[in-house]
This record gives sequence, C-alpha cells and structure tokens, in this order.
Amino acid sequence: MIRIERRLTQPKWLLVAVPVGSIVVAFGLMTLVLLITNHPPLHTFGRLLSSGFGSTAALNDTLIATTPLLFTGLCAAVAFRMQLFNIGGEGQLYAGAVLGAAAGIALGNHSGWLSVPAMIAAGAIGGAALALIPAILRAFFSTNEIITSLMLNYVGALVINYLIFDSQSYWRDTSSPTAKVFPQGKPLPDAASWPTSHVGSLLVPFGLLLGLVIAALVWLLYTRTRFGFEVQVIGDSRRAASYAGMRTRRKILAVMALSGAIAGIGGASQDGDIRHTLDPRGLTAAGYGYAGIVIAALARYNPFAVCLVAFLLGGLQNAGYTLQGVDFPSGLVGVMQGLILFCALGGELLVRYRLRFTRGTHTAEAAA
Amino acid sequence: MINNSVWVVVLASAVTYGTPLLYAAIGELLTERAGVLNLGVEGMMLVGAVMGFWAVQRTGSLLLAIVVAAIAGASMALIHAFLVITLRANQIVSGLALVIFAGSAGLSSYLGNDLNLADQPARHAFTPFLPHSWQTASVVGPILFKQSALVYASWALVVIVALYLNRTRLGLNVRAVGESPEAADAMGINVTAYRYAHTLVGGAFAGVGGACFTLWITPQWVDGITAGAGWIAIALVIFAFWRSALCLVGAYLFGAFSGIPFAFQARGILKGIPPELFQSLPYVMTIVVLVIVSSAGARRRLGAPAALGTPYVREER
Repeated sequence: MIRIERRLTQPKWLLVAVPVGSIVVAFGLMTLVLLITNHPPLHTFGRLLSSGFGSTAALNDTLIATTPLLFTGLCAAVAFRMQLFNIGGEGQLYAGAVLGAAAGIALGNHSGWLSVPAMIAAGAIGGAALALIPAILRAFFSTNEIITSLMLNYVGALVINYLIFDSQSYWRDTSSPTAKVFPQGKPLPDAASWPTSHVGSLLVPFGLLLGLVIAALVWLLYTRTRFGFEVQVIGDSRRAASYAGMRTRRKILAVMALSGAIAGIGGASQDGDIRHTLDPRGLTAAGYGYAGIVIAALARYNPFAVCLVAFLLGGLQNAGYTLQGVDFPSGLVGVMQGLILFCALGGELLVRYRLRFTRGTHTAEAAA
Repeated sequence: MINNSVWVVVLASAVTYGTPLLYAAIGELLTERAGVLNLGVEGMMLVGAVMGFWAVQRTGSLLLAIVVAAIAGASMALIHAFLVITLRANQIVSGLALVIFAGSAGLSSYLGNDLNLADQPARHAFTPFLPHSWQTASVVGPILFKQSALVYASWALVVIVALYLNRTRLGLNVRAVGESPEAADAMGINVTAYRYAHTLVGGAFAGVGGACFTLWITPQWVDGITAGAGWIAIALVIFAFWRSALCLVGAYLFGAFSGIPFAFQARGILKGIPPELFQSLPYVMTIVVLVIVSSAGARRRLGAPAALGTPYVREER
C-alpha cells in the first residue's frame, strides 16, 4: 500500500529535484507523443536543442524570444502569488504595445533619449489600465478575474487589428500608395529604437535587461517590504489576512495594476526592441501571455526563477519558430509547454507530501 | 417573407451558435457540481473538434465522429482529473495548463497539422432533417426546425441532466460530493470515483461541443476554431447558477451575441460601424453578464458548490 502523508518540512534538495525531474518526465512523455505520431524523437529533440541554443545566432534569437516571455512571466507571477489569476497578460501586452508605439511616434526624432523612457512609461500605463478593469470588477463586484481578464485578451486582439487593418488610425502607415492597399503599422522613428548591448558575442536587447531589473525589484518588493508581506499573506490565506486587518481590496487593485504594467512594458519592448512598428499579426500569433502563465507556474512564482524558465522556454519557442514545417508541426511547442507544466504540477505533490510504502496491516492500524 | 427578416436570422443563429456553448456548459456544470473546477474547456473542445473532424473524414460516419469527439474530450479531462483528484494539484493552474497543452497553439493544432485536416472540405456534415414544410414555417421554422440533430439532442441532455441532479439518488450523491465531500464520504459515497466520473463526462460533452463547429456549423477544421467558446461556457455555468435549464437560456443568449456579427455583416446593417465592434460583442457581454450575476450572487452565494476547487483529502479536514 502507498500512503500519502503531508510533509512537515520541505527539504531544500526537493525544490530543485522536483522541477528537474518534471522536465525529464515531460521529455519522456513528449517522446511518446512523437513516436505515436511517427516523428523520430531523438532527431526532433536534437534539432530543437541546436536551433534553440546551439550557436551564437540561435542564442541571439533565443534572447529576443525570451524578452517578452520574461515580462509576461513576471506579470503572471506577481498576480498569481496573491492567488489573483490574471490571465490577461496577452491583452495587457497588446495595450502596452499600442500606447508604447503611440509615444514613440508622437515624440519623433526630436526629443533624443527621452523616447525610450516615454515608451516604457506609456506601455506600463496601457497595461495597467487594461488590468485595472478585471481588478475593479474583482474588488468591488467579486467577479471572477480569470474569465474577465481572458475575455479582454480577445477584445484587445480585435482592437489592434482594427487600428491597423480597418481604420485610418494614428498607428497605421498611410504614407505610400502600397501601404494604403496592404495595411501595416507606421514605422517608428529611429529615436524609438531601443539600444542593444553586446555581451561577448551576444546581442542583448535593452528590454531583456529592463526585465531583469524589474525581476529584481519585484523580488525586493515581495520579500523586503510590508506590501509584499501582506500580498503573500493574502495569497496564502485570505481569511487570516482579513483577521489581521489587511486591506484586500486595495491589494487587488495594486497587484493587478503592477502585473498589467509589467506586461505592458513587455508590449512597449516589442515595439522598441524588435518590431519597430505596431504589428498586430506578429503580436497576436505568438501567444506570449499564455506562455507567461506556464513560466510563472514552473518558476513557482519566484521572480528569479522566472528569468531562468523564460530563457529555457524562449529557446523552445525560438526553436519551434525556426523549425516550423513538415517534420516539425506547429503546436508541438504548446504540447511541450503543457506537458512540462503538467509534470511540474504533479511533482508538486512530492514537495508537499511524502509517499510512504507500508504493508496492509499498517494501513489498517492507521485507519483505525 | 418574415423568415428573411434579420431578427429571425439572429434568433436562428442564436440557437445554432448557442448549441456548442450549451454542450460545453452542461459538461462543465456536471464537473463543477462534483466539486471539480476544470478551466480547460477551451482545450477539450478544440481536441474534440479536431478528432471529430478526423473521424468523419476517415469513416464518413457522423455518429462515430461524435463518439470520437466525446472520447477525445474525456481523455483530455482525464489528465486534469488525475492531476487534481489523485495528485491534489491546484485546479486553476491545472485547468490553464490543459488549455495551453490542448488549445489552439497546442495538441489540437498539432493533430490538425499532423493529420492534414486544414483546408479540407468536410465529407459529411450535420444538416436539418425535419420535413421541409416544417423548416419553412414562418418564424419557428428557421429558428427551431431548420436545425441539426445536435440541437434536439442538446435539449434532451438539458432535461436528463436536470432530472439526474435533482430527482435521482446518484444526482443527490453528486451534489453531496460537491457541497460537502466529508459528509458524502461518511455516508459511504466514493468521492474520488464520483469526481473522476463527472470530470470525464464533462470533458466528453466539451468534446461534443467542439465537434458542433467542425461537423455542423463551419464545417471544416481551422486552428483555434472555437475562438473562446470554452471560456464563455465556463462563464455560462456561473450565469446559470449551476442549473442546467438556465444554461439553455444563457447559451442561446450568448449564441445570439455570436450570431449578430455574421447576420449584420451579411446584410450590410450598420455599415459604418467597424466589424471588430460586433466581433467583440460576445466577449464584452460575457464580462457584463458576469458582473451583474456575481454582484447579485455574492449577496446570497447562489448555487456555487461549496467544495468547488478544493481537493478532498480524507485525513485533512
């Protein structure tokens, strides 16, 4: 007989062994999926690894893919830590991209270095504003934030499509005859391009560095301040928090705004670092917000772990994008992310509980 | 001819677009009544949709396709059931994981690609089968009689589920498991078995709901064909206060919101208004309805099973 008992203390080594074990098991399951669908597993994994991490060029692309995931991962981690399930990171990223691009276009080339901070601020405001809708509904009408924040993702996608494809908006390029027939976003001015730094032979996008700084700040906020302490208490036990007189409603608004602002900066970084225009197709096709949920859950809502996991999943996403084709069908990356998350969730049991193998008689005694 | 008036068209499409929502919502209702929250509806619907379409292309049998869709949905639900019932994982995160695993960028897309289902016309699709004179009857004809068998089966399902939950011993046990698993356990009810069974049945209905799109409404396979219907179905269960008859009302209400964009666009009504505004209608209305229902529901805690979302562990009360 196997009995499941709650652990009184959680050994440190388990906190590392379980995630590593989860990934190993997930790859095992992935092998099964590939075998069933007649794809050679080792060959597929090899190509995945080499096109995600195998060369300088691959690593540079992986860093670019990591940048938005870092933001959406932090976005989810910040909110989920309080048991506030903001799954609107996707829409909040769009909102940040819209306002970020607007700031970049509006400032043009005249204001020099001011463009970058202005875009960051505009992106943060856009994301926070969108996140405040489910936050207010949750705080004052106790409406389920999961569904409302998700619904806004669909609305956000429709809005950016409208701005570029179905209107003569501020963001749309109407300068040339071809641009009128084939709708596309206005190119951002040069001053709105975020700087790239060289680390060894690698090109590091500015957004990635910004994301790392934000991760450190979030860690400070959640572990070294009264605000963060209260957020964690509310997350662990809402009832205990209200007995202690903590104001849940304010925390909901503040945490959701912070979460949305981080996703929004991720959107602005898409404009400034990578796309240099408001690009609805590219933004909506990638599913950054949903991958962010996977990252936050795998990182167990720890901001530093988010950085690491974002890099790993960024590599996976980059490889999937490069390899997409006949022998590497789309959807494989999502399947893989899902499997890793399932295994991590199952592994959680081993962190919290101990499996004890006993003989039948012992269980009878324990039950009695 | 009154049958061509835009309101009749909208009402007919309300029933059509409401039907997949109804199947998925009834499935989620059964799951939640047993105390399990499964947010993976969107993923289960998509896998049901793709596998149902595959089955009809391979075998040409619509009935078999529905069975395959149900099995596909149930097997997705099995993953969730194992994680949250046996391994006691967080139900919200596991449900989200299921959407990512099975959803529009995951398994459903992978299968659609691997089985070469995109851009294929359907070999068979559900069509209206009632006598022609019924179908052309004014007003009720297009709305009620020019529908596929899936619609009539869903009505039967609503009645059966209502009777099952409220008038049978088994239904009483399910409600006990959802409201107070400790009490149910003490009565000798196998909480784990009930939760597994209802999560699987819920997944099967979600699979059928997804197949409504690929076997009848569209009928073809496109990545992410459900476009958020699974999430609307979850909102519907809240809207319906966990009662199956109200699910029917809600499903057709949201069916109308989904049908209006197509009906209006096809007829050029309100031309100046951007199409995106209409397309966002079902999503925005979901939020609006949810706010109305939850602020009223918060006062009296109408309907939500008390043990919803919490794992049951015998030794930890």
